[in-house]
Amino acid sequence: MTFLRVNQLKVHYPVRGGFFRKVIGHVKAVDGISFELKKGETYGLVGESGCGKTTTGRTIIGLVKATAGEILFDGKDLTKLSRREFVQYRKDIQMIFQDPYSSLNPRKRVLDIVAEPLRNFEKLSPQEEKQKVQGLIEKVGLHSDSVYKYPHEFSGGQRQRIGIARALTLNPKLIIADEPVSALDVSVQAQVLNFMKDIQKEFQLTYLFISHDLGIIRYMCDRIGIMYRGQFVEEGTKDEIFHDPKHIYTKRLLASIPNADPLRRQEQQKLRQQIEKDYEQLYSRYFDAEGRVYPLKRISETHSVAIP
Amino acid sequence: MKRSVLQIESLRVSFRIQDEYYAAVDDVSLTVHENEVLAIVGESGCGKSALALSIIGLHPPERTKLEGTVVFKGKNLLTQSVQALNQIRGKDIGMVFQDPLTALNPLMTVGKQIEESMDYHTTLSTAEKRNRTLELLEQVGISNPSQTYDRYPHELSGGMRQRIVIAIAIACNPALLIADEPTTALDVTIQAQIISLLKNLQQQLNTGILLITHDLGVVAEMADRVAVMYGGEIVELADVHTLFTRPLHPYTRSLLQSIPSLQTPKETLHVIQGIVPPLTKLPRTGCRFRSRISWIHESKHEPHPILREVEPNHWVRCTCYQHFYFPDGGEKA
Repeated sequence: MTFLRVNQLKVHYPVRGGFFRKVIGHVKAVDGISFELKKGETYGLVGESGCGKTTTGRTIIGLVKATAGEILFDGKDLTKLSRREFVQYRKDIQMIFQDPYSSLNPRKRVLDIVAEPLRNFEKLSPQEEKQKVQGLIEKVGLHSDSVYKYPHEFSGGQRQRIGIARALTLNPKLIIADEPVSALDVSVQAQVLNFMKDIQKEFQLTYLFISHDLGIIRYMCDRIGIMYRGQFVEEGTKDEIFHDPKHIYTKRLLASIPNADPLRRQEQQKLRQQIEKDYEQLYSRYFDAEGRVYPLKRISETHSVAIP
Repeated sequence: MKRSVLQIESLRVSFRIQDEYYAAVDDVSLTVHENEVLAIVGESGCGKSALALSIIGLHPPERTKLEGTVVFKGKNLLTQSVQALNQIRGKDIGMVFQDPLTALNPLMTVGKQIEESMDYHTTLSTAEKRNRTLELLEQVGISNPSQTYDRYPHELSGGMRQRIVIAIAIACNPALLIADEPTTALDVTIQAQIISLLKNLQQQLNTGILLITHDLGVVAEMADRVAVMYGGEIVELADVHTLFTRPLHPYTRSLLQSIPSLQTPKETLHVIQGIVPPLTKLPRTGCRFRSRISWIHESKHEPHPILREVEPNHWVRCTCYQHFYFPDGGEKA
């Protein structure tokens, strides 16, 4: 069942210059991407820095205005809605941010941080509100007394869980997680990832999971889209992307991940050199004259690749 | 037998927090050999960066207490004057920092920045320095050195900048290179390039590299020997193959179980109970990891754990590793 459909989404930023600050060009941060999210799944957006994955997430939640294209959520195009109409969809789409140190207001108590969405959308008495917040805080594995504490009193993993509690207050349907664990230590990372999987089942959430770490993507996601310079290079299920990558860019990305087995260091090095050589030789077959990828072509029910 | 370039002997680095000194690095002894990558792994706050910075004297002296010895070329670095240290830093010991943008001067061309260390440590003429710089740029894999020479850092990509930082570090052929999270700020494809660059330089220049990182993937790719740190102490020290195939200390084993890996997908990741205690609340007696493996009985720990050679060249702290098991049914393949 299609739940969110992104259709030919474009986000272009104007570049101004010259005497009258005229628009002299555009940065095509996102340049015509389409994908679908099904209810209850985790969709991974992967790519290197600057590929447009974060911009895509921010456009869906309305923090960045789309230049062209549609974002269909429950059959409504979010890009065409007025501010007032958009507000009610805000409840259904929530975001978990990358850095748990800068995404929580240091001068607010946890109670006020987590209750803020409630105060915006629901009229609750202070008692009801406190009860609800305490319930959520316990759900994310913190003590209910911690609602009176300030963010600096928590560790990184705990803060990220406060961020998750805030995202859960309004029973959202879709959560956009933009690099939710890249600022955390490995052991804490594991804790947050496991927890996100647990609440996904409990609250029947759909995740759009944005990350550059393919190990985490593999652990979390059902389907994956690989982005390069604002466009999709390849899209498929987890198995298709990891076991049967078709595009040279995907192969190169997969080969560059450190191998956790030191005995296979030489092998990995050879594979990398081979792929690097292929990448240079076959460049013109996978990229057009401007160095951009071709439109996606469907090669199986679920697997699409950008080849001419 | 490889020659050693750096010997650290019972090093203790303490920081003053409200009139009390707290040891961030506690009784660490290590040796770095030539043509070897020794990796120090641990999570934030384990003391790995504090250890690296104390070697080259970058801690503010008024708030830091250094004990023990750090011997480099027959000299104890901890007792050298600033002038004497300046003769060593940038010449015999090179440093690669984490974030290449903040490590470079934005107002100076990269060529001039690479030459800077030669100004202090060599008597080369201007033309010779320029030639050497171009040579270095080529060595670190920059395709058009003469153009890049006149560029400013902001004109270069993250990977190129990190190459410049490495060029600066190796300008005077150092015997020891300290790399503090050299790839953390970079994309995976660039990371792979920087790792192979550092590996090549190590072999060409016969340099000893002290690699500080939290990323076990980078360790598996680069290191020859690995020291795992927890709470300011080394808890396990072994060569890289042994550490990844037969880890013994509970912390090392837990850490390896908590990474989502590409090669061995897991259903659920292992979570280490509790949190790393802050420096001021770190238990100073007994096994420092015991509060995080509470299901292991108190009597299994040593009262005063020491780093013991349990098999040739494999060192483990505390006896609790003999009794350690995962509460959720052991290690998953």
